[in-house]
Amino acid sequence: MLNASLREIASGLARKKISSVELTKLFLGRIKALNGRLNAFITVDEERSVGQARAADGLIAKGAAQPLTGIPVAHKDIFVARDWLTTCGSKILSNFVGPYDAHLIERFSGAGAVLLGKTNMDEFAMGSSSESSFYGPVKNPWNADCVPGGSSGGSAAAIAARMAPAATGTDTGGSIRQPAALSGVCGLKPTYGVVSRYGMIAFASSLDQAGPFAKSAEDLALLLNVIAGFDPRDSTSIEREPEDYTRDLEKPLAGLRVGVPKEHFGEGLAPDVGKAVETALAQLDKLGAKRVSIGLPNSRLSVPAYYVIAPAEASSNLSRFDGARYGYRAKDYTDLADMYRKTRAEGFGEEVRRRILIGTYVLSHGYYDAYYLKAQKIRRLIANDFTEAFKRCDVVIGPTSPTVAFKIGAKTSDPVQMYLNDIYTIPANLAGLPAASIPCGFGAGGLPVGLHLVGNYFSEAKILNVAHRYQRETDWHRREPAGLQ
Amino acid sequence: MSWEIVIGLETHAQLSTASKMFSGASTAFGAAPNTQASAVDIALPGVLPVANKAAVERAIRFGLAVGGKINRRSVFARKNYFYPDLPKGYQISQYELPIVQGGAISILTKAGEKSIRLTRAHLEEDAGKSLHEDFQGMSGIDLNRAGTPLLEIVSEPEMRSAEEAVAYAKTLHSLVRWIGICDGNMQEGSFRCDANVSVRRPGAPLGTRTETKNVNSFRFLERAIEFEIKRQIEILEDGGKIVQETRLYDPDKDETRSMRTKEDAHDYRYFPDPDLLPLVISEEWIEEVQARMPELPDEMSGRFWTAYDLTKYDARVLTQAKETAEYFETAAKLVGQDHAKLAANWVMGEVAASLNREGVGIERASISAPALATLLKRIADGTISGKIAKQVFDAMWAGEGSADEIIEKRGLKQISDTGAIEKIVDEILAKNAKQVEDYRAGKDKAFNSLVGQVMKATKGKANPAQVNEILKRKLGR
Repeated sequence: MLNASLREIASGLARKKISSVELTKLFLGRIKALNGRLNAFITVDEERSVGQARAADGLIAKGAAQPLTGIPVAHKDIFVARDWLTTCGSKILSNFVGPYDAHLIERFSGAGAVLLGKTNMDEFAMGSSSESSFYGPVKNPWNADCVPGGSSGGSAAAIAARMAPAATGTDTGGSIRQPAALSGVCGLKPTYGVVSRYGMIAFASSLDQAGPFAKSAEDLALLLNVIAGFDPRDSTSIEREPEDYTRDLEKPLAGLRVGVPKEHFGEGLAPDVGKAVETALAQLDKLGAKRVSIGLPNSRLSVPAYYVIAPAEASSNLSRFDGARYGYRAKDYTDLADMYRKTRAEGFGEEVRRRILIGTYVLSHGYYDAYYLKAQKIRRLIANDFTEAFKRCDVVIGPTSPTVAFKIGAKTSDPVQMYLNDIYTIPANLAGLPAASIPCGFGAGGLPVGLHLVGNYFSEAKILNVAHRYQRETDWHRREPAGLQ
Repeated sequence: MSWEIVIGLETHAQLSTASKMFSGASTAFGAAPNTQASAVDIALPGVLPVANKAAVERAIRFGLAVGGKINRRSVFARKNYFYPDLPKGYQISQYELPIVQGGAISILTKAGEKSIRLTRAHLEEDAGKSLHEDFQGMSGIDLNRAGTPLLEIVSEPEMRSAEEAVAYAKTLHSLVRWIGICDGNMQEGSFRCDANVSVRRPGAPLGTRTETKNVNSFRFLERAIEFEIKRQIEILEDGGKIVQETRLYDPDKDETRSMRTKEDAHDYRYFPDPDLLPLVISEEWIEEVQARMPELPDEMSGRFWTAYDLTKYDARVLTQAKETAEYFETAAKLVGQDHAKLAANWVMGEVAASLNREGVGIERASISAPALATLLKRIADGTISGKIAKQVFDAMWAGEGSADEIIEKRGLKQISDTGAIEKIVDEILAKNAKQVEDYRAGKDKAFNSLVGQVMKATKGKANPAQVNEILKRKLGR
C-alpha cells in the first residue's frame, strides 16, 4: 500500500481489502517512525485523522465513495484548516489555530479524503530548501544531510518517504516543482487562477498557486480534479468549465512538439542534471515527439524581476501579522510602535525579514518606477517569450533545477545562490503558466533529478499526458529512497 | 493688499450598500463592537477581498450625475501603513486609476451660481475605530466599520470662501442623497469633509496648503475654514511661512491644530492590489445605470424654471434637496400651474421658516404638500387674503385641522361683498374727517391709515383689493 497508486488504493478501499482507518493508521505509523529523522510534518493529529477515516469508511460502505474517498492527504502548513494549528512555518503563527477551512481543504473534505497532517515548509513559503522553518529544517529522504528543496519540502519529503500517498503544496517561484525534483517525486503547479487561493496564506498573491504532489502523473491528475475549479471568494480564480485532467493521460505522443529552451542548458546547469534531462528528451524522441529548439531570451531576467515583485507583494501581505489580533505578540513593549517592532522582529525569521525589507524598499516613493514597474514590464516580456514559443511547440521541457539536492546549510549564508535554484521554475510563475516536475534519473550522490515540463495556459491535461506516457516507459518515479526501512 | 483664499474639499461619502466593500459583512450602524467584522474584515490569514458590485454601481451613478468620465478600467491599489484599526496593514483604495475622473457641481451662493470642477472620485474601504477610553490605559479596537465602502470625492481647489465651500459641501451632500448612494448622516460619519486651504496674493502661484481632517458638520466646516484662513493670513502678514501639514478641527475650542507635518507623513507605498483584478465596467452596465437615474437637480431646476415660470434663483433653491423639490412640485401641481409661483413663495417662505424653527427636514413637515395646496387654493380663489392665510398656516402647523376647517371655524372667510365693504368704508370715513382731509391735501400716508382701519374693523377679512378700490373711488382724488 505504501507504494500503491491512488487508483490502486481506491480500488483496495472499494473492494474492502483495506479500510480507510487501516490505511490512515498505516501512514500515521510511517510518519511516527520517520518524522523524527525527516521533520516533514509540523502537525499530526492521529485522533482527528482517524475520525475522518472512519467517516470515509462510512461513505464507502454506503457506496457513496468518490475517487479519493478515504485516501489520506498531507497538506502544506500554508493552508488554513479549521481546528488545525496552521503555522506557515513561522513563529508568528505558532499559536494560530485555523478558524475556517481553505478552499483546497474544503475540496478534499468534500471528496471524502482524510487530512493526514500539516507539512513543514520554509517560513511563509520563502525559500528553496525548507531550512527557514521555525520548526527546523526538513531532511531529504534520499540523503538526510541534504535539503529536500523548498518551500514545500515537507510535502515532497512526505511523498518520497512514503509517509503520505498524496500531498499539497504551493508554488510562487518553484516551491512545488523544485522540491519535487530534489526529492524525486512528481509535482504540478497549475495555471494561475485554476486553484482558488482562498485560505492559502498569501506570500506573493500574483504568483502563488496551489498544486498537488504525488508519485505519478496519473495521481497528480486525480488530485487536480479535486482542487481545480472556480471559487467566487478569490477574485483571481478563473471561471471555466470543469475538466477531467485524466482524460488525455493515455494519448500517444506521436507528433508532439517538444520545445527545448537553449537558455536552460547553458552555464549554471550541473552536468549530471544535464545528462539525465538529455536522456529523458531522447526517451521522448523514441515516443514520437519532435524536438524544437526555442528561445526564452528574457528568462535570464526572471530571477531579478521575481525578487522585486514577490518581496513587494509579500511586504504588504505580511503586514497583517502585527500581534494585534492573533498570532505571536512580543512580551515586553513600551508603546504601539514598540509592540509592532518587537513582535515582527521576534516573530519573523531572517529570510522573511530580508524579503519584507526588500519589498518595502522597492515600493518606496521614488523607487517604485525603477524597480516594481520595471519588473512588471519584464514580467510581460517573459510571458511574451512563452507566447512566441508556444506557436512552435506544445510543451517546453528542460531541467527543473540546476543541481541535485545540496547539503543542509550550504547556501543559507548566500541568499543569491539560494535564489538561483529557481532560475528555471520562476518564468512559469511570472507568466502564470502550468508546469510540472517529474523524476527523470539520478545525479551526483545518487540524488534525484527532475524534468521540468511547462505548458500553455490551461494545458495541464497535456503536461500530464506527456508525463504519464513518459512514466509508462520509465520507472524513475517508482524508485524509493533506501534505508528508510 | 488683499488675500485670495483657495479651498479644495475631499469628501468621504459612505455608500449605502447592505454589505461591505470587499466582504459580505453588514454595514449597519450601531452594532455591538466587532459583531460585524467578518474573517476578511479582521484580516485573518488566507482571506481575500471580493469587490462589492453595489458599491461600484453607486460610484457609476455618481459619475453620471456629475458628468464625469467613468473609467472603463480602474485599479484597486493598496495604501500601506500600520495602525491597529487597519487590520490588513493596508487600505484598499484607488490611486492612479480611479473609477470617476472629472465632472462638476454647480453651487449657489448670494453671489450667484458657480461651477466647481471635480478632480476625481474613487472607491475605497473605511478603517475600523480605535477607542481610547474605558480600557484602563489600553485601547480598544472596533472593526465593525472596517471595510465599509466609501466614495472619496475630490474637488479642484476652486472655492474662494468658506461660504462657497459650505455651499459645495451642501450641494454635494444633497446630490449623493438625491441619487440614493449615501444616507448623508453626518453624525454617524456617513459624510465627512477634509478641507484643503491656502491663501495667496491675487495672481500669485498657489500658497502652501494645510489639510483639515474629518469635519463632520457644515457649521464646523465653515468655522474650521474661517479659522484656518485667519490663521494663515496672520502668519503670512507677520512675515511667517505656512507649514504643509494635516490639522484637526476642535469644535470645543473652535480652532484647528496640527496633527502631523509633511516631514512625518507616511510613505504609503501604493501598488496595485494583486488580490483584485482591474475593475472593468462595460458600456452595457453604464447604460443600464443611466436608464435608472432619477431626474437630477440641475435638470429639475431647469424644468421648474420653464414649466412653472419661476425665477432661475427660486428654481435652484427649490431643487437644493430632492424632498423639497418633490414637496414643491406636489403642491404646485395641485394648486395649478398659474399659481406655482405662489407655491414656490410659500415653500421657500413659511414652510422653510417653520422647518428651520423646529430644526426638522421637509419630510417631517407638519403640513403635507397636498394640505398646503388646499390653503394656497383658498388664496388663489379669493376666499382668504395672504395675510389671513398666514394665520391659517400657523393653525394648520399646530395641528388644528385642514385649511377649510380652520377658515370655517374661525370665520376667516374674506369679505368680498361690495355692499358690505362700502358700508364699513362709509363708517370709517365719517369717523376720520381729519385723515380724509389730509389725504385730499396730498398726504398719501393718510390713505394707508384708512385702509388699516377698514381692515381692523373687518378683522382683516375684507378683500384688500376691493377696500383699496372703494376707498379711492369714495375719496375721489
